[in-house]
Amino acid sequence: MTQYDIIVIGGGPAGMAAAVAAYDSGVKNIAVLDREEDLGGILRQCIHNGFGLHKLGEELTGPEYAARYAQQVAERNIKVYYEAAVTNVTADKIVTVQSREGLLKFQAKAVILAMGCRERSRGALNICGTRPAGIYSAGTAQKLINCEGYMVGKRAVILGSGDIGLIMARRLSLEGAKVEAVCELMPYSGGLTRNIVQCLEDFDIPLYLSTTVAEIHGKGRLEGVTIARVDANRRVMEETKRYIPCDTLLLSVGLIPENELTKCAGIAISALTNGAEVDENRQTKVPGIFACGNVLHVHDLVDYVSDEAEIAGCGAAAFVKGELNANKTISVRAEGGVRYVLPQMVHTDCGHDVSLFMRVAAPTGKVRLVVKIGDAVIAKAVKLKTAPGEMEKITVKADKLAACTGTITVCLEEMA
Amino acid sequence: MKRNLTCIICPRGCSLTVELENGNANVTGNACSKGAEYGTQECLCPVRTVTSVLRVSNRRDTMVSVKTAVAVKKDDIFRVMEVLKNTLVTAPVEIGDVLLQDVFGADIIATKAVK
Repeated sequence: MTQYDIIVIGGGPAGMAAAVAAYDSGVKNIAVLDREEDLGGILRQCIHNGFGLHKLGEELTGPEYAARYAQQVAERNIKVYYEAAVTNVTADKIVTVQSREGLLKFQAKAVILAMGCRERSRGALNICGTRPAGIYSAGTAQKLINCEGYMVGKRAVILGSGDIGLIMARRLSLEGAKVEAVCELMPYSGGLTRNIVQCLEDFDIPLYLSTTVAEIHGKGRLEGVTIARVDANRRVMEETKRYIPCDTLLLSVGLIPENELTKCAGIAISALTNGAEVDENRQTKVPGIFACGNVLHVHDLVDYVSDEAEIAGCGAAAFVKGELNANKTISVRAEGGVRYVLPQMVHTDCGHDVSLFMRVAAPTGKVRLVVKIGDAVIAKAVKLKTAPGEMEKITVKADKLAACTGTITVCLEEMA
Repeated sequence: MKRNLTCIICPRGCSLTVELENGNANVTGNACSKGAEYGTQECLCPVRTVTSVLRVSNRRDTMVSVKTAVAVKKDDIFRVMEVLKNTLVTAPVEIGDVLLQDVFGADIIATKAVK
């Protein structure tokens, strides 16, 4: 059985940054496994710009951002397996791969899970009506248009106002389609404000909040959808039903971390993040198995994915070298106003500052993010506004952490 | 004249207030100097970087992603798209290659390599 010190599953932004960081931490025997024919993951189809402002200090498109990291992988002696689909990972870190060379088994000392997400589909939504052609997940439409050169339709409605839905509203408009509406079930958009401005307002596309697609019409090809407002319990209000003729419906209704392999290794999945629970090194509860990127929790910016992957890469390298010796673990919990916090576990004796990443439960005005142990505040930060679509970060100093016992809690406090 | 804008330069999305007086713009609410530039530009002559794809004539089902090297006038976005729609390129292409020159003031450059 071929041996690797570290196996990285997934060659998207998380996998590439993790592999590079692990290599640069001194562990050289690394393999990256990816099921596509090229590195880059979902960035390959994200041809719009806006990537890399935080991480690289310049504004790049998705393919350019991916190419920067692919170049770094190529410059190092990192083995990449293309068109290699991992079918199993065990807690003993045996990785089974369906590859060009047939079924392979590898033994690793550490595994980094970086499989990313897939999109929620129509089946998960229970929309009434027929099953015509012309209904796509937003990412599938993006791949068809940007990678394969096939236009998906002429007149579209988009359900879901997350960033992918907004980006696709602009993309369809640029390619000559008429986007009739973007409908959002929630009373607020899940996307970045800048994307509402540059993707919807620039193209005069209406955004209907607290609105959903109630019915799908058409035989063979989609002919139209019935949209309707929803009440506070997200139930369709019959009297608000309205028919919009269209030949295309894009669904941008959430991402599901692809954690099948995580479960194979016996790692429990958090109901809050739909990913594994990890410590400050992004190590899961199975020693030597790490996770980063969208498979761990859904990120809004690839820059943060790269940051997180570097933490996991360095952590995995330290694990292989026998340097992860901190053993005083305490848990981190989200409270009032905060939906989840990551990492969910912290070693108080890790000896360095630890950043906590979180999402708020609902949009707010000016608030204070407070990290506490019992009643004692160990870190705080003021935010002028927060939104569920924008990840927040707060750093706890090493000396504050060292003195902690019990459970760390993170909450929002309103400010006048 | 006073306009309220959301800055689109970075994901922070600052809420800007721009006061226009005799062609001079005074921007407040920005967290950085780029925000001031954006607010001024947006009120005087809004511009956007356009990204799209071009078909590669000598590769099956292959597109090369491109962007305008500089932002073009917002009013010219669809004119740029019209030019791109009718353009075929020939592989190989490297990232940064200029595939078209001066399309409404901007070169069109490849953002993806096609071997």
